[in-house]
Amino acid sequence: MRKKKRRQSAIGNRQSAIPIPSVLSLLPLPSSAVFFFFVLARATQLHSSQMASAIPSLSSATAFTSRRPLLDNLKQANVKLGTPNQSTLLGKDHIRAKSFTRKSMTSAVEVSRFGDITMAPPDPILGVSEAFRADTHEMKLNLGVGAYRTEDLHPYVLNVVKKAENLMLERGENKEYLPIEGLAAFNKVTAELLLGAQNDVIQQQKIATVQGLSGTGSLRLAAALIERYFPGSKVLISSPTWGNHKNIFNDARVPWSEYRYYDPRTVGLDFHGMISDIKAAPEGSFVLLHGCAHNPTGIDPTPEQWESIADVIQEKNHIPFFDVAYQGFASGSLDTDASSVRLFAARGMELLVAQSYSKNLGLYAERIGAINVVCSSSDIAQRVKSQLKRLARPMYSNPPIHGARIVANVVGNSDLFNEWKEEMELMAGRIKSVRKKLYDSLSAKDNSGKDWSFVLKQIGMFSFTGLNNAQSENMTNKWHVYMTKDGRISLAGLSSAKCEYLADAIIDSYHNVS
Amino acid sequence: MFGRILASGAVGAARSMSTAWWRHVEPAPKDPILGVTEAFLADPSPNKVNVGVGAYRDDNGKPVVLECVREAERRIAGNLNMEYLPMGGSVNMVEETLKLAYGENSDLLKDKRVAAVQALSGTGACRLFADFQKRFSPDSQIYIPVPTWANHHNIWRDAHVPQRTFHYYHPQSRGLDFASMMDDIKNAPNGSFFLLHACAHNPTGVDPSEEQWREISHQFKVKGHFAFFDMAYQGFASGDPERDAKSIRIFLEDGHLIGCAQSYAKNMGLYGQRVGCLSVVCEDEKQAVAVKSQLQQLARPMYSNPPVHGALIVSTILGDPDLKKLWLKEVKGMADRIIGMRTALRENLEKLGSPLSWEHVTKQIGMFCYSGMTPEQVDRLTQEYHIYMTRNGRISMAGVTTGNVGYLANAIHEVTKSG
Repeated sequence: MRKKKRRQSAIGNRQSAIPIPSVLSLLPLPSSAVFFFFVLARATQLHSSQMASAIPSLSSATAFTSRRPLLDNLKQANVKLGTPNQSTLLGKDHIRAKSFTRKSMTSAVEVSRFGDITMAPPDPILGVSEAFRADTHEMKLNLGVGAYRTEDLHPYVLNVVKKAENLMLERGENKEYLPIEGLAAFNKVTAELLLGAQNDVIQQQKIATVQGLSGTGSLRLAAALIERYFPGSKVLISSPTWGNHKNIFNDARVPWSEYRYYDPRTVGLDFHGMISDIKAAPEGSFVLLHGCAHNPTGIDPTPEQWESIADVIQEKNHIPFFDVAYQGFASGSLDTDASSVRLFAARGMELLVAQSYSKNLGLYAERIGAINVVCSSSDIAQRVKSQLKRLARPMYSNPPIHGARIVANVVGNSDLFNEWKEEMELMAGRIKSVRKKLYDSLSAKDNSGKDWSFVLKQIGMFSFTGLNNAQSENMTNKWHVYMTKDGRISLAGLSSAKCEYLADAIIDSYHNVS
Repeated sequence: MFGRILASGAVGAARSMSTAWWRHVEPAPKDPILGVTEAFLADPSPNKVNVGVGAYRDDNGKPVVLECVREAERRIAGNLNMEYLPMGGSVNMVEETLKLAYGENSDLLKDKRVAAVQALSGTGACRLFADFQKRFSPDSQIYIPVPTWANHHNIWRDAHVPQRTFHYYHPQSRGLDFASMMDDIKNAPNGSFFLLHACAHNPTGVDPSEEQWREISHQFKVKGHFAFFDMAYQGFASGDPERDAKSIRIFLEDGHLIGCAQSYAKNMGLYGQRVGCLSVVCEDEKQAVAVKSQLQQLARPMYSNPPVHGALIVSTILGDPDLKKLWLKEVKGMADRIIGMRTALRENLEKLGSPLSWEHVTKQIGMFCYSGMTPEQVDRLTQEYHIYMTRNGRISMAGVTTGNVGYLANAIHEVTKSG
């Protein structure tokens, strides 16, 4: 009897068997295929209730009772498999043809629990670099992932980072666990960098700062906090936004919806659409904003537009949630790039802010960033910090130390800090100059009269070219220019030497492919 | 949701006032393990002893950075770019790490049947597996030994995998409750998922013998259970990494398709670097490729890709025969010092004339000793003697030195002699 109850409660806790949402968010699927996937998910739910009624027989059954071929599930549910098109989308491998006759328990090799698992789709962004590496064409250009390259298209380790690492080596510091919230020296400087050391929020300790695994990890902690303390609250994200934002909120089980952002007609900001959608959202929603250098479009609101955005957010009692991945990288100035966040903070608003040092300090692989929660009192900030720690502990216990030490050393040493500011101006400067060169090439080569000035107006590492899916594919297939299918190019991967070639590719794709 | 915000006193939309969104957030309870160190650091007493968190200390009570690690760092400093690792982490590091767990000449590795990704130390590896288990075996539960490292419960809970427990520690003998453990294994529904500590069980230090492991493996076969090994102390338990992986090797010989979390926090002293590995044994290479892709899919929205520095240290050391030899020597040195301290603590207690048996101090293995002390006795140790440990009576032997073992034995004797 006891066995039966346990089994039932396990089923009661069960969630959807197939990770449909995250798969869907990555694939550009036609609506018929979307329907098909939902039917598939439903069929699997039916399967679980069948299992529930079969409980008495389970105790004598052999192992792997939860595994059944998906085809069987669909047949049970009397669902048509759909057109050949749709099953091709699933892929032949998705449905295992092999039958599930269990091997005897005494055989040497077991049957795997995970035998039904299919290949995950390649990550749309990180997958681009993998494809680029495999290409042997001499003119190939990697404008995929947003990692800075020098004019010679080499990765760049900042001088200040090398110096900081040498200092650290000399000191011979130990490698003990950091506290769950990370390196204290890092947390202090990162908050100050964001808001300014003299800012009231910092002076009055109204900010909870926890070191996170770069931008992604910091966003994930914030998402987990939202899920736990604002169950049911939505996050509004820009359309488009960085691909991984949706994955993060999906996996954290936080519902999200989009607000208009990109206007393809102007290749600029759909400001009125943005304001309307933020206004229309349920009160108390979280609004995800890119602090500067919007990814993937490169389109930022003007200071006046930021004021209006703040107005409507306050009107609707929404919570601003900034993703700041490019502070210093956009304009070349750390303070200028933080002005949107500071504008909101100056109004006394409570904020969430995720930071990353991947780009501006070139510390990509060290995974160093922070989640900040600006609260209305220091007492609340302390409590929030304690709960962020409680979320981090079962994720990774405590964050990696190396990147944190580098940041603390660079920002905490005035010579290194000044040197960093200079290096950042150089990096941002190079990007601005290739934008100019690309714009000049496009204007010179294109006789159609199309206005390419958006290349100059956009800011930061990325540009939304306005090319569609097919056109972006043409860029890759014909011109060996690697970029993401949404039309995003990373200027950081462009050298001035290749600007003309790129201009040719863009013009060809834009005019000759639909 | 709105009610909660309104109830907490949120103000209307006046521009100059802020609404306190987080007022309803309670302070989290202190982490039982990491909180101990915080308290220790705050204590001004010159006699204070930290036998709380499981981080190795030398005989002077100082943290240790291994020589092989220092050398590796010198070699990698400043000359490598910091580009993102692939989502699965450092390929080199993972390959070397799998050899440690599965054996240098493992057929599984030759046949590429092991899906593996770099993970954020042991915690990250366990969490990734828990999320993977939730997504691909959504009806399953996890059986966790009693007791276990406290964070195991947090990990599977936050991954939304229901938990059950199985008997493990036998308080009366301070050893393994093998009979009850086997009963629980037999009574669990077929095909259950079990969390096993590969060696140097945390917090008890009580490991099954080789014969017992064979029996456990056999029973797992009969029941079709899934074995997930958390191996955080390979090399640290006996001093010999091959010997410490014996439990895993037994299961592999028996044909189990296991999962395994590995960590370099202790055995390479890379605590703060967060380097580890999660592996899942599959039926064939194709399945391993698919499983690996799904593990990466889970990692991407958590941290995108893992940190490089610690991984570089590991692959530099394990990829160089001389450095690897040095590492093996240093690991043995750490394990030997701990074994020596176990002997010293037991002898001291016996010399003091303790009425209790302290045999378990030397029978148990690895970093921890489950002393059998009650929470009240532990509180007395802290309040009266400034000795810091977790309230379950777990002593981190790594924090015991020739300098403090006498003081420690005396204090333990004082609080236990009447009970």
